[in-house]
Amino acid sequence: MRPFVELEGVSLRYGRAQGTLALERVDAAIQPGEFAAVVGPSGCGKSSLMKLVTGLLPATSGTIRVAGEGVKGPLKIVGMAFQNPTLLPWRDTLANTMLPLEIVRPHRHRLQRHRQEYVAKARQLLASVGLAGFEDRQPWMLSGGMQQRASLCRALIHSPELLMLDEPFAALDAFTREELWAVLQDLWMARKFTCILVTHELREAAYLADVIFVMSARPGRIVATHRIDLPRPRTLDMTFEPKFVEVVHAMRTQIARARNEARVTAAAS
Amino acid sequence: MDRRHLEIAMPFLVIVALVILWQAIVQLFGVRPFILPAPTAILAAFMEYREAIMDHALFTLVNTLTGFAIGIAVGVLLGIFIGSSRLVYAGLYPLLVGINSVPKAAIVPILVLWLGIGQPPAIATAFLLSFFPIAVNVATGLATVEPELEDVLRSLGATPLDVLRKVGLPRTMPYFFASLKVAITLAFVGAVISETIASNDGIGYLMLQSASQFRVPLMFAGLMVTAAMGIATYAIFAVLESRVTGWATRRHDTHFGGG
Repeated sequence: MRPFVELEGVSLRYGRAQGTLALERVDAAIQPGEFAAVVGPSGCGKSSLMKLVTGLLPATSGTIRVAGEGVKGPLKIVGMAFQNPTLLPWRDTLANTMLPLEIVRPHRHRLQRHRQEYVAKARQLLASVGLAGFEDRQPWMLSGGMQQRASLCRALIHSPELLMLDEPFAALDAFTREELWAVLQDLWMARKFTCILVTHELREAAYLADVIFVMSARPGRIVATHRIDLPRPRTLDMTFEPKFVEVVHAMRTQIARARNEARVTAAAS
Repeated sequence: MDRRHLEIAMPFLVIVALVILWQAIVQLFGVRPFILPAPTAILAAFMEYREAIMDHALFTLVNTLTGFAIGIAVGVLLGIFIGSSRLVYAGLYPLLVGINSVPKAAIVPILVLWLGIGQPPAIATAFLLSFFPIAVNVATGLATVEPELEDVLRSLGATPLDVLRKVGLPRTMPYFFASLKVAITLAFVGAVISETIASNDGIGYLMLQSASQFRVPLMFAGLMVTAAMGIATYAIFAVLESRVTGWATRRHDTHFGGG
């Protein structure tokens, strides 16, 4: 099967030729419907990688293909969610969730006439993440976890083939975070989109992903790839099984080594 | 009277107290009317010349609102233009600040040269004073849109116009209305300045004329009417603001627990 997202020798340098090298010769392939995670120390270019794949930022060198086509400008169908839920304060939860429908083709032209159908779809999606009854609340009336749930719904309402998540749960407390892992896993299992999750939380990556790319400190390189073949749906109990702990520990060691190497190189230069 | 009612009544109580204090000071110290007329003398002057005062006030009001309307149109368009592009922002912002720092009273003679006397320079001055805060606020509102939000929209295939309509403009509304409250009072200042320098009508002209004849109570009556118009228009925009941008104030701050 042809990978859905393919990176070949992708480098990214900010500014001119002497600028900071953020990513160095990154190769990665993500299959259709696969859940991929990118982990690494802070400042390793994880977020830059996301911008490259979605075409919001052009790569300095290398090629990126999504759905078999080279990425040249911003992709038009991607769902995105960030650490900051970025809900619009002047819209209630339902209207926030439906924002992409006002932009993405062909929905934007159908929305007016098929409003009921779309509203029903949005309510259903909100209910599936436990937000039934909160549709008409303003975002600031919701807790951080609920805002992030709404943000996930907004990213998925137009049924994108690719979902990009940039540390979506980083600002939440540990219990809420673990709750949302399950919510995200359920959504992914029900809808089977391709997902790229950027995170620094290793347990989160191992719980959610099929494949994990471990990145080194700046310039970011992929230093290891882990396949997690635990059965689905995964449970929180599984995260305490030896196999799971082993993977997390291995990644922890790889990142620590990468950080050390970066420190040594920085000291030497 | 409970606290909430007291809060609403406070501005009026302060004004009444101030007027009483004013009256008392004038009478106690025997201040002469051409230095500071007593409120009763001002009221008497207003009643005596009320038709003339109201005519002049209406003239000023029309000039102010016309200049203000043009100021809103130009200010919003300019603000969108500046706020949408960093390059335009860098190029135009210093120029705008420069233009704004020129005392407008100094421009009126030039405007008179170009536009004649009376209404045209008054409208032009009201416009010149009011468009700047509007443009700056609209530009600021647009320039501070969260980059993540822009990424979300762009990766959905949103055009710059989509981003402006769905996020930029609604987000800018609180800034816009805040600027309107400043701009409307500045528009009054502009119209009155111009009328003082080059007009045969309007509150500004009335003030200048009564000053030259030492009819100080009449002057103050004109001043009071201008202040009343300023407060009234300000209040209108304040009400509009709370209607349109209630979401920005979050008065009923209730949170729901849980994740």
